[in-house]
Amino acid sequence: MQHVLWLVPTLPLLGSIVLMLGTGRLSHRAEALIGVLSVGLAAVIVFAIAGAFLLDPPAGAAYQQALWRWFAVGHFSFGLALRVDPLSLLMMLITSGVGFLIHLFSTEFMEGEDGYGRFFAYLNLFVAAMLLLVMADNFLALYAGWEGVGLCSYLLIGFWWRDPANGLAARKAFIVTRVGDTAFLIGLLLIASRLGTLNIAGAMRDAAHTWHVGSPAATLIAFLLLGGAVGKSAQLPLQTWLPDAMAGPTPVSALIHAATMVTAGVYLIARTHVLFLLAPAAEITVGIVGAATLLLAGFSALAQNDIKRILAYSTMSQIGYMFLALGVGAWRAAMFHFMTHAFFKALLFLSAGTVTMRLHHEQDIYRMGGLARRLPAAFWSFLIGSAALAALPLITSGFYSKEAILSGAWADGNGGRVLWLAGVIGAFVTGIYIFRAVFIAFFGEEHTHVSGSYGWRVIVPLLVLSVLSLVGGFIELPSAFGHVTLLSRLLAPVLPPTREVTDITPLLLASAASILGIALAAVLYWRPSRPPAETPLWRFWHGAAGFDLLYDRLLVRPVIWAARVDRDDFIDSFYDGIAWATQALHRAIRRTQTGRVRLYAASLAIGSVGLIAIAVLR
Amino acid sequence: MILFWLLIFPAIGGGLAWIAGGRNPDAPRWVSIAVLTLELLMALPLIGAAAAPGHGAWIAQLDAPWIPQLGISFELDLDGLSLVLILLTIVLSLICVVISWTEITDRSGLFHANLLWTTTGVIGVFLALDLFLFFFFWELMLVPMYFMIALWGHENRSYAAIKFFLFTQGSGLLMLVSILVLVFSHQHATGDLTFNYFALLGTKMSPTTGFLLMLGFFIAFAVKLPAVPFHTWLPDAHTEAPTAGSVLLAGILLKTGAYGLIRFVVPLFPAAAHAFAPVAMVLAVAGILYGALLAYGQNDLKRLVAYSSISHMGFVLLGVFAWSTLALQGVVAQMVAHGISTGALFVLVGALQERIHTRDMRRMGGLWGQVPRLSACGMFFAVASLGLPGLGNFIGEFLILLGSFRASVVFTVIATFGLVAAAAYSLLLVQRAFHGAVQEPTHHHTIADLSPPHLAVMAVLVVAIVGLGLYPQPVFDEVAPGLSAVQHSAAVSASLPQHVAERAP
Amino acid sequence: MATVPLDQGLLLAAILFALGLVGVLVRRNLLFMLMSLEVMLNAAGVAFIVAGARWASPDGQIMFILVLTLAAAEVSVGLALILLMHRRIPTLDADAGDGLRG
Repeated sequence: MQHVLWLVPTLPLLGSIVLMLGTGRLSHRAEALIGVLSVGLAAVIVFAIAGAFLLDPPAGAAYQQALWRWFAVGHFSFGLALRVDPLSLLMMLITSGVGFLIHLFSTEFMEGEDGYGRFFAYLNLFVAAMLLLVMADNFLALYAGWEGVGLCSYLLIGFWWRDPANGLAARKAFIVTRVGDTAFLIGLLLIASRLGTLNIAGAMRDAAHTWHVGSPAATLIAFLLLGGAVGKSAQLPLQTWLPDAMAGPTPVSALIHAATMVTAGVYLIARTHVLFLLAPAAEITVGIVGAATLLLAGFSALAQNDIKRILAYSTMSQIGYMFLALGVGAWRAAMFHFMTHAFFKALLFLSAGTVTMRLHHEQDIYRMGGLARRLPAAFWSFLIGSAALAALPLITSGFYSKEAILSGAWADGNGGRVLWLAGVIGAFVTGIYIFRAVFIAFFGEEHTHVSGSYGWRVIVPLLVLSVLSLVGGFIELPSAFGHVTLLSRLLAPVLPPTREVTDITPLLLASAASILGIALAAVLYWRPSRPPAETPLWRFWHGAAGFDLLYDRLLVRPVIWAARVDRDDFIDSFYDGIAWATQALHRAIRRTQTGRVRLYAASLAIGSVGLIAIAVLR
Repeated sequence: MILFWLLIFPAIGGGLAWIAGGRNPDAPRWVSIAVLTLELLMALPLIGAAAAPGHGAWIAQLDAPWIPQLGISFELDLDGLSLVLILLTIVLSLICVVISWTEITDRSGLFHANLLWTTTGVIGVFLALDLFLFFFFWELMLVPMYFMIALWGHENRSYAAIKFFLFTQGSGLLMLVSILVLVFSHQHATGDLTFNYFALLGTKMSPTTGFLLMLGFFIAFAVKLPAVPFHTWLPDAHTEAPTAGSVLLAGILLKTGAYGLIRFVVPLFPAAAHAFAPVAMVLAVAGILYGALLAYGQNDLKRLVAYSSISHMGFVLLGVFAWSTLALQGVVAQMVAHGISTGALFVLVGALQERIHTRDMRRMGGLWGQVPRLSACGMFFAVASLGLPGLGNFIGEFLILLGSFRASVVFTVIATFGLVAAAAYSLLLVQRAFHGAVQEPTHHHTIADLSPPHLAVMAVLVVAIVGLGLYPQPVFDEVAPGLSAVQHSAAVSASLPQHVAERAP
Repeated sequence: MATVPLDQGLLLAAILFALGLVGVLVRRNLLFMLMSLEVMLNAAGVAFIVAGARWASPDGQIMFILVLTLAAAEVSVGLALILLMHRRIPTLDADAGDGLRG
């Protein structure tokens, strides 16, 4: 099976290249076909690989395929090789599978848009880059995929390029994440110069041998990698780009800014968990960052009226859960939540997309209302997604994955209990904000006219994702419910086990928090309500605690100001000064050139007399 | 002997082009294409040619007496480093001919003569290893370039041309003084009057003298590179030059500065260069960040690209003074990649100016709707210039950073933030020129997209930069012997332990 | 033959030279300036003659002949220039011909 690994990222890449070169020459039908089929084929291959992997686990629990030697300089040699272990496999399944569904959805969603082929070209390129990211066997290739997905995110956020606001959001996303990427790159330089290799498996092995727990080098590297992760995954303090990224088309938000790319940070930390185990300080920071982000984003989501921004903040919040899990060493739980989150968040975005598609791109929930009757398919899928997001106990996948995280935090001891509490509060808030959206948008009276219709290409992805959002959690059940451990067993060769909890108290408390949140939302928003008043508190959370403002004042504006002031380069004025001084001297000396012969004669005479006088009198 | 032909061929071609221009304005273009194609065919077989045993890294050498009384000889030597840069020169010159086809209508004979003579000067610089001869070519390449800017430039051309000339000439003078003092102190020490590079390696002199001489060379090359604070000629010259002039300047002339640093400054004065390295690295990092800041603030599209060159060349300076194998290979990759990507951006800006008669980004915007191919190419090379992995510039920057990391962690870390800055100005370029709302001058009439010759040029450049990004190994293999020889001679003439010796990881 | 004392002769030369110089400087008419120049040259000639007589050397007289030829050449060139200039600007005022003013 390992000889076909190269096909997985190559197929979408080829699709992208064909679409780019064929812009303007292909029919929409052909463009859609190429876009969907290239990802679909990649997904088929990924599923085949997964099947082969599960039936007959390879030696070392990984498939490997070397492609070519990228470059070799001095003592460094960078081979481009693909490696598929269970962790990668999980990411690949989600990326290609959910990616395929979203491509299918997009063929209908983007119908009639200017740049139809361009959209699929970018989306295919994204899938290719994401697959490279998760399949890379060395950090440099991972970084290449990492930057590649960032680029595609930029391209797709700014897809509707005629509006400068979209361009601004796109650039913000790219530049803010690049700040994190820079930290990541410095981390890579450090790994390369300390361990002499950028091969991921090799570096992790060497790290474990070379460094002891708490060693400064490991801690520094772990923090730098964390910097990369928080940038990509929109965690504190680099979270500000994600809400603005909603300027992109909704399928993009679903695929890139919910299901796959933003979880790359989680993947990175899980992939390098050996380092984080060596650096407890960094690891606990991961947990704290996660907890802080999940609360901040949860409260911010409460103060949004734009349905996509609510979902954006909820994405930040859910990735916060994953970080929390990573921080308490519940590695498998983090990946479990990544998986279920990919299902239900993609579902939420797609169903929100179906709604806005039928409402002339209206995204304000207060201008929706009563959609449950008019758009039953969108309603049911949004409801299922919301239930999973709010971790409605027993019947949703989100419940099981969140449960796994919280029990991991609970088991982590004292520090973990604090994080656990944050997670429970977060679960409560999640229930409120998402069902607030459900009740306001889908119940009550209609505010905007519904028009148009949708076909099977929209329904099928919604259906599949709905089913997955409900049953996807059953592959891993806590010991209280029969102890199914399919995912754990799959990930066992890669990620260390999570501590077991036999106590049922935390589970009950967390379930109660979710249900209470949903109930509170029902109490508050069941009846039609008006948009909230703009109190200072509301404004504070609406602006996500003022981080945007802070960065704008502290960093963005000074730089722009400096660039504007120094447009003509103050250093040049030094050279201009030399030129000016030369010219001034020239002007001064030029005065003596009067053109009058008599004056010349007089100065000649005076000069001669002077010279002779000096010669004689000396 | 091949080196002689390599050198003299474009010079003769330039004369032919001038004469041919008197009859037919198209004739010089075809002459130039023919000459450069032949030149390329001459240079290509040298790729991968192994050096003869006993000749070190030198693939081909030529040593003829010229002015024996003064110890001046006609010494040309070619190693992998020179070859890669010469190939870049020839390819970019060819591209310049193609893109000037419609842009230059006035005195095309003289224009192409100047173009080919500049090429001659540059190739001479990359080949000459007699310091007098080197200086000769160093000055030679300026004059035709001056005329290209002064005669075919844009509105403020004579200011820019004179500024360019004064900067390079003034700094060249410092180098000439350094060369003479070096030669005389060598004569003083050994009694042998010679300008030969190999003889002058390891000349004994007092540390102060060595430092001053090094400074003379350094300033000449730093002006050319350009390094902050000697960079201010560049935006003017780039902006005012005709497109071909900008491409030649950015693509090739700047590389002569980097080449000089690698070939002369460090090997001739290893101890002084080592002492000077922290200062040079400060200048490098300042160049990276300051160039990016200036690029971000510009309204003139061409100036933006010009300032971005300063930022990119900061990486080159950093890599040279880190002086490790990794960093030097990175420098080579960065030079080639920058030549391609910035050259391409200048071609695109030129094409754009030909179409909408402005370079002011405040009057652009929304061009994607009108000229999608041009815009897509612009986006591609902007992305290349911000260092996306998989494209050539990333390889250069990554290796430079990796190689410098051991020399100086602090400077490397600061330089890394240049990548964020590069993203900021590159994407701003895309936004202001190609995205956003459609502006006045492009609003009413339709403008043509890239013509087939331009598209062909773009295709070549895209393939080159992707190739360099995905499989740069041939370039590294080609320059490796030359670089290690240079490192070796620096280490020997320092007779000190190599100051940033490659530590086995 | 009575000899003129050296100092008296030199004094005469100096007075003549000063007169000539003042003439060059204060007169604006080019012809008078030329004439004053002649006076200055002859002052130098007087000095040569006096010095030659003092040391009984023929060199002084040789130099005087040189000065004479020089003066003749100078006058011819000078007059030609004045003529040409007069054709361009119909005046003999030296200050009017300041076309080389910076």
